[in-house]
Amino acid sequence: MTQAYDIAIIGGGIMGCGTALRVAKGGMRPIVLDQGDLGQGASGVNAGTLSLQIKRVKLMPYALKGHAEWESIGDAVGFRKTGGYTVAFTEREAELLHERQTLKAEAGAPITFVSNNALRAAEPHLSHKVRAASYCPDDGYANSSLTGQYYRAQLRDNGIDYKERAAVTTIAGSAGGFELGTSKGVISATRVLLAAGAWLKPLAALLDVELPVQARINTVSVTERMPPLTSTVIGHATGLLTMKQKANGTVLVGGGWQGRGMPQEGRGEVLSSSVAPNLALAQYALPDLAKARVLRSWTGFEANVPDFYPLAGALSGVEDAYVLGCVRGGYTIGPYIGKLMGDYILGREPELPLFDPGRDFTKDVI
Amino acid sequence: MAEPFDIAVLGAGPAGANAALEASRLGCRVVMIDEQSHAGGQVWRAKSAAVLSAPETPETSAGNQLRKAVSQSAIAHLGDARVWQIEQVPEGWSLQILVGGRSETIIAKALVLATGAREFVQPIPGWTLPGVIGLAGATSLMKQALMPPGHRTVVSGSGPLVFFVASEIRRLGGTVAAVVTPNSRMDWIGALPSMCRRPDLMWRGMVWMADLMLARVPIFWRHAVSDVRGEDAVSSVQISKLGPDWTPLRTVKTVTSDSVCLGNGLIPALEAAQLAGLEITHAPELGGWVPKVAKDGSTNLRGVFMCGDGVGIRGASAAEIHGKLAGLSAAEFTGKQVGLQKNRLYARYAAASSFGLAMTALSVPRPGLEKLATPQTIMCRCESLSRDQLLHEIEAGAASTNAVKSGLRAGMGPCGGKFCQTAIARLVASTKGLEEGAVPPHTARPPLRPVPVSALAGDFAYSDLPIPKPAPL
Repeated sequence: MTQAYDIAIIGGGIMGCGTALRVAKGGMRPIVLDQGDLGQGASGVNAGTLSLQIKRVKLMPYALKGHAEWESIGDAVGFRKTGGYTVAFTEREAELLHERQTLKAEAGAPITFVSNNALRAAEPHLSHKVRAASYCPDDGYANSSLTGQYYRAQLRDNGIDYKERAAVTTIAGSAGGFELGTSKGVISATRVLLAAGAWLKPLAALLDVELPVQARINTVSVTERMPPLTSTVIGHATGLLTMKQKANGTVLVGGGWQGRGMPQEGRGEVLSSSVAPNLALAQYALPDLAKARVLRSWTGFEANVPDFYPLAGALSGVEDAYVLGCVRGGYTIGPYIGKLMGDYILGREPELPLFDPGRDFTKDVI
Repeated sequence: MAEPFDIAVLGAGPAGANAALEASRLGCRVVMIDEQSHAGGQVWRAKSAAVLSAPETPETSAGNQLRKAVSQSAIAHLGDARVWQIEQVPEGWSLQILVGGRSETIIAKALVLATGAREFVQPIPGWTLPGVIGLAGATSLMKQALMPPGHRTVVSGSGPLVFFVASEIRRLGGTVAAVVTPNSRMDWIGALPSMCRRPDLMWRGMVWMADLMLARVPIFWRHAVSDVRGEDAVSSVQISKLGPDWTPLRTVKTVTSDSVCLGNGLIPALEAAQLAGLEITHAPELGGWVPKVAKDGSTNLRGVFMCGDGVGIRGASAAEIHGKLAGLSAAEFTGKQVGLQKNRLYARYAAASSFGLAMTALSVPRPGLEKLATPQTIMCRCESLSRDQLLHEIEAGAASTNAVKSGLRAGMGPCGGKFCQTAIARLVASTKGLEEGAVPPHTARPPLRPVPVSALAGDFAYSDLPIPKPAPL
């Protein structure tokens, strides 16, 4: 059965659902399609770190807005503003920390450098081998596992149609719109938004557009419930460790250590050669973690383009087609950039500029 | 571990040990890894060293023979070891193993997965009380420690295991307060033709039955334990009559007891197979979800073989033969000549399977049994999630085991979903009006068993950590 929607949004993650909610508020009738369950891609399997200390300098205004979005959603996604420390263990790391956090502070993040005494008072279980540390009171986390549950309820409450386990296999231009062939029937829509994360490249190819999208395969691990070990979000100067203890006592460890696999071949694969150093670093920072048992490690695909800035705007060469994805720090920024994208599709001026998907990725034009 | 093995066998039960023995006999370098100290698996589990003497049973003698064969072979037998990760590598397959509190790597050209089965226990009110034990769990206790599960035990469940457990409890000096089984006498009569193919096993069953009858143990046919009561431990159970699809109809009796054994058939343990990358399919007659495996144990993954109850619940006799087949296939893969050795095993495998599958058919729960769970019954023990909480999540749109896991953490606790996933998948299917085969288990991820951070981290110097260049600024 064919139904005409104002826009078909392919990809039911934070950005797709966020855009759907925005355009629906603006009077459009969207449908969200996902090849799996809502929020089970990068949106639902990332470590949930909301840290301004690990955001790119030029994306800081977006990250600040993103934090505010998550804070307003609150308990429904397990939001906690705990503050966060980034630590350095060597002289070289301390220099790196100083250089990078200074630039991020200048970009608007309320980051300060703290003494070891202050750090130990706040986080007594942390290693005493810390050489230098920075602090940001706005940092915290949300529970990314709740992404699907949250957006499913939002779409329902706002009367937005969605189809799960409906992979889009064909996109044909038709008079004044698109016909999407899915595993759950044909969908007609006036516009189309590609918001499928690591799956953007094959999706854009259906419209004969080549997007240079690649994927990083980030690993996350979680332990069993532990007695209180840390109350803030802990990061490492290189960005290779993020760690937080959830309200239920489990400790979540990430840091972008690489697994392997291709988005087209299903979920990625965990590599023990990545899990081991990731957890070694975690244990080095928080020695009491040694006793915790790891219950599950997994991977998620983080999409990127060569300049590591977002794709957010009109898809070049195809009228009424848009693309949104490849946002570094996409979990943090997702709900906000979804709103910006929605405004753009509604023909309104976004509050902050979008990122032309047709730019030359070899030059940093952002 | 330095030099790669030809074959790594996961599991030292009837299937795994026989696979290892066959491959070793043909000259392969074989390592056999198992969580128990001694070979034998669950069915032929060895006695604890603390047990000085005990009368021999068919299980102990089969196990002792197997253990003797293993000890006289060239197999490198790695006991008390847990495989937690499986990865394909250029040389073949790499296993991460937790042994003695450390994580070790073993590499082999071929992998034989003989991971066996675990039991399914239908959640019922009170099933988490101390004093409740699985039927198969009770067999482990009795085989290893020669200890009955309590003084006065109600034994409840489907298939032949319920009668074996009741008879073992009596042999070890315990009292069986009642045997309760959802099967009817007619179910058993229907299974007779297949049972006749193994008169030896049928005879054992008749001995168990005769013992229970002579002892005047009440047997409740087409009934189930519907409620386990007690404050801090079991004090009594309620028994309910079941309908033809095992829907509970009415409570008929309360029986006092200090212990209860519950079990509703075995399900293939397939996490290792899923982690290796084997495709799975739903086959209720084999016990549920099973990996796609040929009758000679080969799979469509290069260098991966699988055998025994892990590919479908056919029982120990079939597992022995299937293990031999998989061992021969794996040896063939590593370049050994096996000639026609596999051909002579197929007919025996079919005969043994026929008996085992008839027992599985008796054991597999019928759809009505899940109605024993009330809204407040705990379904996910690790996270203390009730049926009501799960139902609410499913009705709010979570239509897969992965979605339920994300929303509620069902399957994220220490058991990794091994206790809850079958029941949760059934709940998703029945709520959404789907076939059970449309609701696969959640994504398999390492570690297959919990692993301490210290074991993963190992001994390391900070300067040795392979820290790549930092993310773009």
